[in-house]
Formats: sequence, structure tokens, C-alpha cells
Amino acid sequence: MTMHYDKDGDGIVTITMDMSGPVNAMNDEFRQDFGEVVDKLGAEEGLTGVVIASAKKVFFAGGDLNELIAVTPDRVEEFMQGITRIKNMMRRLEKLPVPVVAAINGAALGGGYELTLACNHRIAYNHRSVQIGLPEVTLGLLPGGGGVVRLTKLLGLQAALPFLLEGKRVDPVKALDAGMIHDLVTDLEQLVPQAKAWILENRDNPDAAVQPWDRKGYKIPGGGATSPAIQQAITGGTAMLMQKTRGLLPAPEKILDIAVQALSLDLETALKIESRGLAALTLTPQAKNMISTFFFGLNKINSGASRPDVPKQKTSKVGVLGAGMMGQGIAYVSAMAGIDVVLKDMTQEAAEKGKAYTAKLLDKRVERGRTTPEQRDEILGRILATNKDEDLAGCDLIIEAVFENMELKHNVTRQLEGYLAEGGTWGSNTSTLPITQLAEASSKPENFVGIHFFSPVDKMPLVEIIVGEKTSDEALAKAFDYTQQIKKTPIVVNDSLGFFTSRTFGTYLDEGVRLLHEGVHPVLIDNMGKAIGMPVGSLQVYDEVSMELSRKAQATWREMGVEDKWGDGTILREVVDTMVVKNGRGGRHHGGGFYEYGDDGSRKVWPGLLDLYYRSDVCLPEDDMKDRLLFRQVIEALKCLETGVLRSEEDGNIGSIMGIGAPVWTGGLIQFVSTYGYDRFVARCRELAAAYGDRFDPPQIAVERASQEQSRAA
Amino acid sequence: MPHTAYIYDAVRTPRSKGKPGGTLHEVKPIDLGAGLLRGLQVRHDLDTAYVDDVVMGCVTPIGEQGSDISKMIVQNADWDESVAGVQLDRFCASGLEAVNIAAQKIASGWEDLVVAGGVECMSRVPMGSNGGPMGSDPAFAAKTGFVPQGIGADTIATLEGWDREAVDRFALESQRRAANARDNGWFDRSVIPVRDESGVTILERDDFIKPDTTMEGLGGLNASFEMIGQFGFDDVILRKYPMLDRVNHVHTPGNSSGIVDGSSAVLIGSEKAGKDLGLTPRARIVATAVLATDPVIMLTGPGPAAKKCLEKAGLKKEDIDLWEINEAFASVALRYMRDLDIDAEITNVNGGAIAMGHPLGATGAMLVSVVLDELERRDLKRGMLSLCVGGGMGISTIIERV
Repeated sequence: MTMHYDKDGDGIVTITMDMSGPVNAMNDEFRQDFGEVVDKLGAEEGLTGVVIASAKKVFFAGGDLNELIAVTPDRVEEFMQGITRIKNMMRRLEKLPVPVVAAINGAALGGGYELTLACNHRIAYNHRSVQIGLPEVTLGLLPGGGGVVRLTKLLGLQAALPFLLEGKRVDPVKALDAGMIHDLVTDLEQLVPQAKAWILENRDNPDAAVQPWDRKGYKIPGGGATSPAIQQAITGGTAMLMQKTRGLLPAPEKILDIAVQALSLDLETALKIESRGLAALTLTPQAKNMISTFFFGLNKINSGASRPDVPKQKTSKVGVLGAGMMGQGIAYVSAMAGIDVVLKDMTQEAAEKGKAYTAKLLDKRVERGRTTPEQRDEILGRILATNKDEDLAGCDLIIEAVFENMELKHNVTRQLEGYLAEGGTWGSNTSTLPITQLAEASSKPENFVGIHFFSPVDKMPLVEIIVGEKTSDEALAKAFDYTQQIKKTPIVVNDSLGFFTSRTFGTYLDEGVRLLHEGVHPVLIDNMGKAIGMPVGSLQVYDEVSMELSRKAQATWREMGVEDKWGDGTILREVVDTMVVKNGRGGRHHGGGFYEYGDDGSRKVWPGLLDLYYRSDVCLPEDDMKDRLLFRQVIEALKCLETGVLRSEEDGNIGSIMGIGAPVWTGGLIQFVSTYGYDRFVARCRELAAAYGDRFDPPQIAVERASQEQSRAA
Repeated sequence: MPHTAYIYDAVRTPRSKGKPGGTLHEVKPIDLGAGLLRGLQVRHDLDTAYVDDVVMGCVTPIGEQGSDISKMIVQNADWDESVAGVQLDRFCASGLEAVNIAAQKIASGWEDLVVAGGVECMSRVPMGSNGGPMGSDPAFAAKTGFVPQGIGADTIATLEGWDREAVDRFALESQRRAANARDNGWFDRSVIPVRDESGVTILERDDFIKPDTTMEGLGGLNASFEMIGQFGFDDVILRKYPMLDRVNHVHTPGNSSGIVDGSSAVLIGSEKAGKDLGLTPRARIVATAVLATDPVIMLTGPGPAAKKCLEKAGLKKEDIDLWEINEAFASVALRYMRDLDIDAEITNVNGGAIAMGHPLGATGAMLVSVVLDELERRDLKRGMLSLCVGGGMGISTIIERV
């Protein structure tokens, strides 16, 4: 029995869920066993109340994503029946003539929180392990177990929407403030007793057994569908949502639509359209992409699928060389993770300036009440700013973050690797320079690994770890464990020019520049980038990363003889040269680039750009422009997979989303093709190649997968 | 056309601010409409039993304007029990749609005498209070890309490169022309004063016009749609028009149509009706047209509608003497003139809704009297009336003096 059924002397039955899997979840077992429990409760003589509790650490984990991701059009009706069965159980639970109390001992997310919404009263253990919320939207789904409908009816439309549309998770105190739960206990032992006490206290209160929405004359907080304030909120809210999603994510649109209807529909009807909405969403490529990458893919990465099987290593003292933008960010995230940091630069002044960055960020946290002044001082105290080499002595990890120049990096390595502790690891933060070549300066290249951070380091969640030819499993594991220690997500790639992220991202810049060179209006180019879901257009982002830097990087590549290794860069070089050299427009931080930047934060196209490239007679189909900007990146990612630069698809997907802002709806650049269809992808590549050039030729791996797809279908 | 649809008369109420404090705020919609029906009856000593139907536009048909207000107006005017009434809603075109439907009823030969018009007491039944899926159904709005009309008007100006000064200058001229026409009595033939039950005058002439308007004054007004644009509506536009990098918000209360109360009525009938009742036709309805364009901008329909109407009539642009475009927003009128390549000197010659206001469901039929009076005053022949319409529609009607 997975549902312990225990009736006490007061007539209160406590259901303690203890399902056979690692967590309590909404699966077949639940449908069977919980259904029996509700039947039994309905027939129970002398019942005075019910407490729903959990024997697991997590209260209840929610839906079974394996089940959800597998829904196909021919099975959608069956899926609907499954949801309906669970919803009917919950409905019967909340309609019991006695109070039902949820005793929330652990995380109640998604289906877990939905189960509690079908209870009359919700008490939670006030502990940081207890998270409450409805995160379904982050996987392209909606809370289909009554979550959209009940939360809207409970809190009102405007209060419910942030939880529904953003999947916001909160701790018990915030959940209490928001009205999502009713009470807290500080002692876990008191949870069930307090739930029972509430039932006894409310013995004479008939409303205690009736859900708000089942009470006569219940008014939804904040107003019903016809109230002018709500009408305005709906009209404005839709626009705000679309501004965020650009129409690329069906789930939040569907949620908003159902929440609005829930304002005026009765509960049962609203629950029905909610089920239909979930069923429809499970069929969307967006949901399949997002579940596949953000749940299964990310779990795989976090559990160390890309990490060699060697003992865990904890970094306790990290040396950071170079206190510039990257170095100071690395120092901050390391100190925040409790690691001692030696932040070294050429001068004491530069090192102190780098440390001041951490002080600034910490001050902000103190201001916002997220950090106490004592914690701030402690964290700041972990960073030693210095210009002395010998202060690096005893570091078990040194991360070199000096300027992207092979010779400079070689020198630094030779000069300072001796200070590493015995068996310590040398990490080089570089976005493009080959690790194997960098490691040539090292006396122990097996201890040398690439650790590519993204800017700004404190915000970007990804670290790309690069395995050089001689990098040992231990050094790789060290970098991997350090990345997790600083609470970032590691992907692991093999050494190759530009690795995975920079190389792939470069194609987005290149294609934008090509469109410009063909005469397309720069505003249109950047709006096309945004239309596919990139955070910013390619020209704008090129301004941010700086064409000046790009020009220097190209010079380095030319010296290395690898200038056109991944494709013909003639047009890109020509445009960059025209912009930077002939017109002095190196990018945003060089006084402007493709755009002009006002002191007030305004941005408009540099008029000279139109004179240089714009041709009013050029008119490309929008779909072509959009596909060009997306497919270039997808093709490059597939090439990385094909040639082993990427060691797994998951790394490519998570890396592209977290590192270079690949559109969330794709679930990553490689996952995108899985739902787009390889066959269709190859055909579209060929069309684009015929019209725009052989850079769109489909990679071999895609052609192979397309034929596998065909033989499967046959 | 088997039968000619003659315009025997066209009347309207004066217009006044459509908010509490407006002169007509105290008047019920059924009284505003009934006043015009009684006015027509008195003027022509009309045997109301001869009237087949009363078709009235109303865009906010709820509350006091709900439940087929046209029939209620007929009863409220004490017209013969046999007279039917129907309310229709084609957004801002409702009044002209009523005229066009009446014309079609006559042209078909199936009816002989119809009153067409509209009523809208915006002060008593606020615009938009009847809801509707256009902006209030999130799934539909997301799918179709809804933006408020003002954002659409600003988009037209942005696409065409009309800056704040261009739209303000148009508005200033509307005020000048309207004040001039009113003060010279050019509206007097058609404007029937609104009186109370004892016959005491509540409002004699349009009092919404602001003759003291200056460019400086207009320039000092805040753009109405800038803030809501930033909430996300501008982004909807940029997705539909990705060649734009921003929407230039130029429309203000000063260069957009005014929110007013008002009503209109046009007496349309067959030749037989005229003979039977001894009425003299003032004009005939030559052709009508309606169509739809981009529903996101929502305001670019009038030019194409006028072209379609010319084609239906077998006429050329040069055959039209006076053009009338409802001034929902300055950019709408500017766009209409640009689309048709017509001169501002023969367009909205007595001003428009920027100066006089736009009582949504009534405006279309008001244009009939405005243009007809002026054709007669100038002794010209034909006029083209057009309005932009919600959902991206456009509507046009050609009238011709007989």
C-alpha cells in the first residue's frame, strides 16, 4: 500500500503518501491508489477530517514527464482521460463533507501544489527545502491538475498570474504572504498535529469543509471577468506577455486564456478546458523541446554525465590571474561559494579595483536584504587582492583570465604554474584559443584545462569546460566540480578553434553581417533575429561584443593560419574592416558601431550604415531571413556534434541556451531539429543552400538522421 | 440598380463633450435619438406609418444603449406602432453602415422608406465597456496581434514619416474649418437642437469645437499612447512591421477625434415614397463599399474602400467634388489623402471629428448631412464619405445631388 490510511480517536484520517518510486508522483500508481483512498474516505463512518501528508522528503513531485513527453496525437484522448481521472479524484476530495488539510513537509511543486489546492487548508513546514509553486510553464506546459483554475479562483487573476506565467517558486513564508498557503509550522513534528488541531478547532465551522469557489456568492479577489480593472489587465497583460514571448511560446498564452475564462466559468467547466489546454500543449514541439532539454537534459548534465568517474574534488583556494572584467567576476562567484580567492593583477591597484567589484555587488545585496553586513564582510574577506606572485602559493586551482593572446598566456603559465599546490589544476579562461596549444607552455599539460566563463560572470549560468589533448580526467573533473561549486552549469567539449559556443555564436553574427552586406535594412535584420527568439539582433550584439575585439581575434587567427577554418569570412572581415578601420566604429564601447548610442540609453542606426549597405530594392522573404539566422547556428552545432567537439547532445543544447542565448522554444540548437524533423531540416537546408550559398549545405549527421527517420517511418 | 435610393433629408444633433460635464451628459440615448425622429416627422409632416424600418448604429450596445435601442427610440418618439427598428454595430462605421443598408433596402425594392442613423452617448455608456474578444480574449489577441487603435494611428504616422508637427497642423486646420462653418451657420440646416420635455433648449449648436486652438497649445499635450506602447503594444507592431525600430507616438487628445455624445438620422426612400408623401429628394446614394485591411494597425481601410466604391460606381477620382474622411486620428485622414492622392482643399472642408468629436455609432450618418449641406452651398455634385473601422475595415459611400 502506497497510501497509509490511519484514523485516530477524533475521527480524523491521515493519509500518508509513500509511493513505491523515489518520490510521490502523479502516475498510474497514484491514479489507482489515491482513487481507492478517496473512495474509502467517501464511505468512512464517523469521519471528522482528513490530513494529507507525505512520508517522503518531497511532499509530492507532480506529473510524470516521461508520460507527458510521449503524448502523440493518436493518444491525446487517452491522455485527457488520465488527467480527468485524477481531477475527478481531487474534486471528490475537496467535496468531502469534512475539512481536508494538506500537511506540506517538503517541496510541493506542480502537481504537488495542485494536490494541496484541492484541500481546504494548507499548512507548510517553514524550511528552505520547502518550495511551493507551479513551474509547468518553464517546460512549455500548464498546471493541468487544477492549478490554473484553482489558483486563479483563489487569488484572483492578477495575483495568480506571476505564479502561472513565470512558474515562480516561493518559500513557505512568501507563499503565506501571497495567500497560497494558510499557516506555517517551524517544527516538522508539529506539522500533522497542527493540521489535526485546525480540523478540531473548526468542527463547528461549516465553511471549513467547503472550498471558496464552492461557497454561495463567492467573489474572486480583484474582480471578475467583467470588472473594468480586470478587462484592462487582460488587454495590457496580453501585450506584455507577447512582448516577452514574441509569440514563440504557446504555454503562457494558453495559461492566460484559461485563467481569464476561469474567472467566469464554473469550476468543473474550467477544469475541463484546462485539461484540453494541457493536452494540446503536450503535443507542441515547444513543450517537447523544453521538457527534453530543461528537464531530462539538464538532469543528465547536473548528475555528471559528462564528468569522468574519478573522486569528487573540492576547490578550497583559487587563484585568479587578471582582475579585469572576467577575473573580477570569477573572484566574486568563487568567494560567494565559500572559496578563498587570490586575485592577482600586474599592480596592486588593478587587483584592488577587481576586488572592489565584489564589494559593490555585495553592497547591493545588503541593500536588498539578501545578505547581512556580517556575511558581506566575511565573503569580501575571502578575496586577497595582490600583485605578488608568491601569494598564489597553495592554490589548488589557478584560473588565468588575462587578455586573449597566445604568447601572453604562455608566459603567464610558465611564470606562475609553479605556485600551484601539489596536484593542482591550471585553468585557462579563453573563448577561442585552442587549449592544447595553450597547454604547450605548461610543464604538466595533463593538469591544464580550459574553463570558459561567459560575461557577465555573476549572471551567466554556464561554464564551458574544454578538454585539451593531454588534459587528464582528474583535471577535467576538478573543473567540473568547481563549476558546480560556484553553482553554475558545466558543459564539457573537446578542444577545437572557438570550441562550441563561440564558434556557433559566430555564425549568428556572420549571417547578420551577410544580410547587411546584401542590402537588407539593419533594423529589419535585428528584428528578424528577435523574431526567432534570440535575445538581441546580430548587429546589436556585435556592437556589444565589439567589432574591434573581433578584428583583433581575426588577426590572431590569421597568424595561426586558421582564419577561414570554419567557413569563408571574407564578407565579415570586409564589413568589420570598413566599420572599424575606415569609419572608426568599433562597437558600443568604442563610441558606437552599427548603432549610435545616446547618453540617455537610446539607440538608433548609425546613418552612415545605410549609405554604406542599405539597398531599398532588396526584399528577402521574412521566413528566409529568419531561417538563415537560425539555421546557421543549428548547422554549426550539428557540425560540432558530428566532429566530436560536442561530446553529447545535452551539452550542445544546454550550452546553446545558457551560453549564447539560443531561443528557449528550441530546447537548444540540436534539440530543435528533433521536433522540426531531420528530413524537413535537410530539405530546407538544401533550399537555403541553393538560394544563399553552400554554408547551408546540411551536415552529414543531419542527412544520416534524416534517412534513419525515413526508414523508421517506412 | 432596380430602384434609386434617394436622400430626402439628413439631420443630426449638435455634439458635446462625452464625459460628465458635457452638455448632453444629462440626456438619455433614447431621448437623443427620439428628438431627431420627431424633428424629421415635424419637418416633413411625416406619416410615420409609412416608414418600414429605422436602422441605427450603436457601438456600445449595453446598458442604456442595449437591447436594440433603435426600436426603443422609435417607440420613445411615439412613432406609429408598425415601425420596426434595428440596431447594428460595425464599430465606427455603424452610422454609415446604417445608411448603406437603408440604401440597399430601397435599391432592392423590398422597402420604400427607411431612417438610417446612429446614437452614442459616450458620457453615459463608456467606450469599450461592452468588452468583446478583440482585446479581452488573450488567446485571440495573442493570435491576431491586437493593439489599441491609437497605437495603430501612431504606426501609420511612423510608417509615413509624419511627425508631431504634421499631425498637429492637420488638427489645427480641422478646428479652424469647423469653427468657421459653425459660426457662419453652415451647419444650421441639419443640426436639430436638443431640447428637454418642456421644450427648453439643452444644446443648440456644437460646443465641442475649440476655436482658440494654437500650434503651441497642441504641441504641449502629452502623447496619449506612449506609455501603453511601452507596456508591450509597440512590440506587437514591431513584430508585424519589422522594418520599424520604434513607434513614434505623435497622437494626443488634440489631434485625435473627440469623445462626444451625439445622434444622427437620414431619411432614405424610393421615388415612390417621395411621390406618396410629397417629399423632394436632395440627393441619391450612388454606391457603397466595405472591405478590410490589416487588422493590427486597424485604420488603413478608408483609402482602399473609397477606391472600391469608385469602381462600383463606375466613377473616377475626378468625378468627386468633396471628400469626407472621419478624423478618427490625424494620421488616418492624412493617409486617406495620400492613398487617393487628393487635395486637402477639397477634403473635410468644414473640419471633422478632431474638432467636433466622434460619437462612434452616430458619426457615419452625420457625414451625410455635413457633405450634403456643403455640396448644396457650393452647388457641387458628388461627395465621397469614408471612415476607418475597427478590425481594419474601411467603408465608403458616394452621394450625388439630384
